[in-house]
Amino acid sequence: MEFRFFYHFGRFLLMLKGMFSRPENMRMYWKEFMKQCVDIGIGSLGIVVIISTFLGAVTTVQTAYQLVSGFIPKSTIAMVVRDTMIIELAPTMICIVLGGVVGSKIASELGNMRISEQIDAQEIMGINTRAYLIGPKILAALLTIPALVVIAAFLGIFGGLEAGKLSGILSHEQFMEGLRSSFDGYNVFFALSKSYTYAFIISSIPAYYGYHVQGGALEIGKASTTAVVVSCVMILFADYALAAMLL
Amino acid sequence: MIELKNIRKSFGEKEILKDVSATMEAGKTNLIIGASGSGKTVLMKCMVGLMPVDSGQVLYNGEDFTAMDDKEKKPIRQAIGMLFQGSALFDSMTVEQNVMFPLDMFGNMSYKEKRKRMQECLDRVELKDANKKFPAEISGGMKKRVGIARAIVLNPKYLFVDEPNSGLDPQTSLVIDKLIKDITIDYNITTVVNTHDMNTVMESGDHIIYMHQGQKQWEGSNEDIIFSEDKLLNDFIFASEFFQDIKEMRKMEMFRDKKWRQKGGEGSNK
Repeated sequence: MEFRFFYHFGRFLLMLKGMFSRPENMRMYWKEFMKQCVDIGIGSLGIVVIISTFLGAVTTVQTAYQLVSGFIPKSTIAMVVRDTMIIELAPTMICIVLGGVVGSKIASELGNMRISEQIDAQEIMGINTRAYLIGPKILAALLTIPALVVIAAFLGIFGGLEAGKLSGILSHEQFMEGLRSSFDGYNVFFALSKSYTYAFIISSIPAYYGYHVQGGALEIGKASTTAVVVSCVMILFADYALAAMLL
Repeated sequence: MIELKNIRKSFGEKEILKDVSATMEAGKTNLIIGASGSGKTVLMKCMVGLMPVDSGQVLYNGEDFTAMDDKEKKPIRQAIGMLFQGSALFDSMTVEQNVMFPLDMFGNMSYKEKRKRMQECLDRVELKDANKKFPAEISGGMKKRVGIARAIVLNPKYLFVDEPNSGLDPQTSLVIDKLIKDITIDYNITTVVNTHDMNTVMESGDHIIYMHQGQKQWEGSNEDIIFSEDKLLNDFIFASEFFQDIKEMRKMEMFRDKKWRQKGGEGSNK
């Protein structure tokens, strides 16, 4: 695969710059924004619920498995589950999954619109397609993905709580005791910083690849795959960069 | 009126449009004809601003469209309607939502007025009982009609049509050609049609531009085509024996008509 970083990065910035213009009709933009909120937020809720609950459950069981010393109280498991879910699993793991779910949807939707000349048709009408088609998607992602991450963190902890009880590792009371001890609110700020960054990556990179597709159905598939791969790699880079800067 | 002045366009090393100058006459059906790869679609895309030109000017009533920024282009773009080769209907919208989309975006009408205008346009293209259907549920000919209805809903001054008959049967092609011609006359629109359909050329071309390998090879009316001595044009137009026969018949018809008039008669020979 041809790798032209500066070419893509420059074109990506130009795409973002092109988004900032006065909307032709605010009501239509609002309608598109709400539609995207439903597609990205509600559309991904099911997979987020399932994955986060099981992530929390597995973290509880595996932490208990590694906690062999009798000197460490069982409630420590809840602390580990809480902090792991908030700091890493809810934002990063969920956003990598969303990168696949939401990213491929955005790239293929825009790619199909480009190939079938629907984007050209809107351009001819005098619509700024970057603002109308990409803007609402990025804004909707920035609103709904952090909300999904918060839901994922809660559900992960709930999954851990129930898994602890069901597998006989620790009682609800022990788990709740661990949850309450040495909680640092900064972790929530850190998790939200991550989720906003990832939300931007998940929406803007696939939008870039979808919007600039040329060719046919095969190219839409390629663009979709590239968009997901690049988004996931960028999420991992951003994960390290944010950890290095904020922790 | 749309004037093209010395338009040049290249993709990499390959020069697609080589110094094309032409005029699209106001209120008429202007046809751009030529073989596949002759630069018709690129020329049309340059005219509507979907592709930037390398050099040259596209003038809409004397205003240089190519020198305008996006903001300045908006009023002209809103006066343009375009029917794309694949119709380019919005998949996620029904037929009526597709036609209403430009009104929703730019119209200052009430919902009732928008619906009335949408229905007028669908009636004009004679599309019945398809309002609630999605593009995937209608035929190619119906898609073209919806595309035309959407293109005319904002009362454009200019209508661009790219390959209106591609993928259509001959009968539906004739209907679509007639519809485009009628709309051009009824709404007094300047229409530009890209085609290589010879029926369209003979029946609805008021003014024809023949493109060959990125250059304007010939320009004239559909009557001029019959008597043209341009070899490349003749090779293209009369490639089939059927059209060779038509050419001879037309020549004879016109010759008789001319003699009849010279003798003081009126109209054509029966």
